[in-house]
Amino acid sequence: MAVREKFDEELMDLRGKLLDLGHFAEDALSRSIDALENHNIELALEIMEDDTKADILYEEINDFAILLIAKQQPVAIDLRRIIVAIKIATDIERIADFAVNIAKATIRIGSEEHVKPIEHIKQMHAITLKMLKQSLEAFNEEDLKKAKKVADMDDEVDDLYGQTIIDLMKISREKPQHLTQITQLSFTCRYLERAADHVTNISEHIFYLVKGKQFDLNN
Amino acid sequence: MNTTMVKLNNQQNQTAANAESQRKEAVYHTKDLNLWYGTNHALKNINLEINEKEVTAIIGPSGCGKSTYIKTLNRMIELVPDVKTSGEIKYRGRNILQKGYGVEELRTKVGMVFQKPNPFPKSIFENVAYGPKIHGIKDKKILNQIVEKSLKGAAIWDEVKDRLNENAFGLSGGQQQRLCIARCLAIEPDVILMDEPTSALDPISTLKVEELVQELKKEYSIIIVTHNMQQAARISDKTAFFLNGEVIEYSETDQIFSNPADQRTEDYITGRFG
Repeated sequence: MAVREKFDEELMDLRGKLLDLGHFAEDALSRSIDALENHNIELALEIMEDDTKADILYEEINDFAILLIAKQQPVAIDLRRIIVAIKIATDIERIADFAVNIAKATIRIGSEEHVKPIEHIKQMHAITLKMLKQSLEAFNEEDLKKAKKVADMDDEVDDLYGQTIIDLMKISREKPQHLTQITQLSFTCRYLERAADHVTNISEHIFYLVKGKQFDLNN
Repeated sequence: MNTTMVKLNNQQNQTAANAESQRKEAVYHTKDLNLWYGTNHALKNINLEINEKEVTAIIGPSGCGKSTYIKTLNRMIELVPDVKTSGEIKYRGRNILQKGYGVEELRTKVGMVFQKPNPFPKSIFENVAYGPKIHGIKDKKILNQIVEKSLKGAAIWDEVKDRLNENAFGLSGGQQQRLCIARCLAIEPDVILMDEPTSALDPISTLKVEELVQELKKEYSIIIVTHNMQQAARISDKTAFFLNGEVIEYSETDQIFSNPADQRTEDYITGRFG
C-alpha cells in the first residue's frame, strides 16, 4: 500500500467537491443570464431556490477541509491544497450568489421590455463563464499558464463593464421612465464584473498552491 | 533531475540557511564532514552551521545519519568501533575532531539527553548533583543551589522539591526525562543535544518537554533529533533534512514546513515516503 493513500484519496475528494461547486456556479450564472434575457421569472425563482445547494456544498467543503487539517496535520503542499480549497470555495460561493442577484434583478425588471438589447451583458457573461470554466481546469490540472490566461481575460470584462455602464447612463437620461430597469441592468453588469474578479482570485490561489507564494494577477 | 543538478540544489539549499546563520554567532560549524562505519559511508559531505541560542531540528527517515551526526557533535560516536571521519567540526571556533582536543572538556560543554530517560539508580538530588560532584564541587550549600537551579530550569522543581531524597526511578517517564535534562543543566553546558527526547513519553509529558525546550533556548543552544515532524515544526528555528547520509535541505523551519525547496524534503514531510 502506498504511503498516505487514504489521505491522497481524501484530497481528491476535496478537489472533486470543489469542482462540483464550480460547475454548479457555472450553471447558475448561465441560467441567470438566460432568465434575464427571456424575462423568465419562473427560472429566476428556481435559481434563487437552488442556491441552498451551493451553500450546502460550500459548508461541506469547509467542514471536510477542517476535518482533514485536524486528522492529517498536513504541511507544505498538502496544507496549501486544503487552504486553497477553502479560499476557492469562498470565491465560487460568491459567484453563485451573484447568479442569485441577477435572478432578483430579472424579477424586478419583470416583463418590461429591455431598453436596449443586452448583448454587452451577454458578452460579459460569456467571458466570465469561459474564465470560470478554464480556472476550474487550471485548478484541476494545477496549470499555471492556464491560470494566468484566465486572469488576463479579466481586462476584457472590465472594459465591457465600463462601456456598458456609459451606455446605460446615456439611456437613463433619454428614458428616465425606465430608471428601475436601467439600475437593475447596471447592477447585473456589476455582478458579472465582480464575478470575473473572483475568478481572477481563483487564478491567484492556483499560483499560491503551486508556487507557495502570493501573486497579484490584477496588475 | 541529473546528479549534478541535485548536488547543486543541495549546495544551494545548505548555503541558504548557512548564509542566514552568518548573521548570528555559530556554535558549531561543520565543514565537509564524512563518516564511515567500516566501509559504510554514513555521513557524506555535511556542511552545516548551527546557531547559538536556537533550536535546530534534525529530521529524516531511519538510517539517514541524523543520530550519527549529533553523536559526532560530542564525539560519542567514537564509542562505536571502526569509525572513521574526515572534514571538520568546529565548536566555538576549534575543530573537535583534531588530535589533542580533550573530549572531557567538550562533554562538559555539550550535554546530551537520550531517547529513553536514563536516571542513575540514586536519589533525585544525587542524580543532579552527580555531575558537579565529579567536577570537584563538594560544598553542600553550593550543591544545593545547583540542584535547585537545575531542577527549576528543567521545570520539575515544584513536582520534586519535597522528595529530593527519593529514588529517581519512582518518577514518571516524563518526570524522569526532565530530571535527565536537569542533570544535563547542572554542569552548565553551552549546548544540549537531544536524541528523540520525547519518543518514549506520553503526549502531555511531550508537550511539557517541548515547552521546556522553548525556555531553555534562551540560555542554551539546542540540537534535537526527532521523528515527530510536528514537533520539529513547533519547536525549532531551523531544520535540517537528512537522507542517505546527506543534508538535502537546511533552512528556516517555517520555510521547510510551508514551502520546502527540494521535492525529497516535500515528499518526506508530507509523509509520502520514509
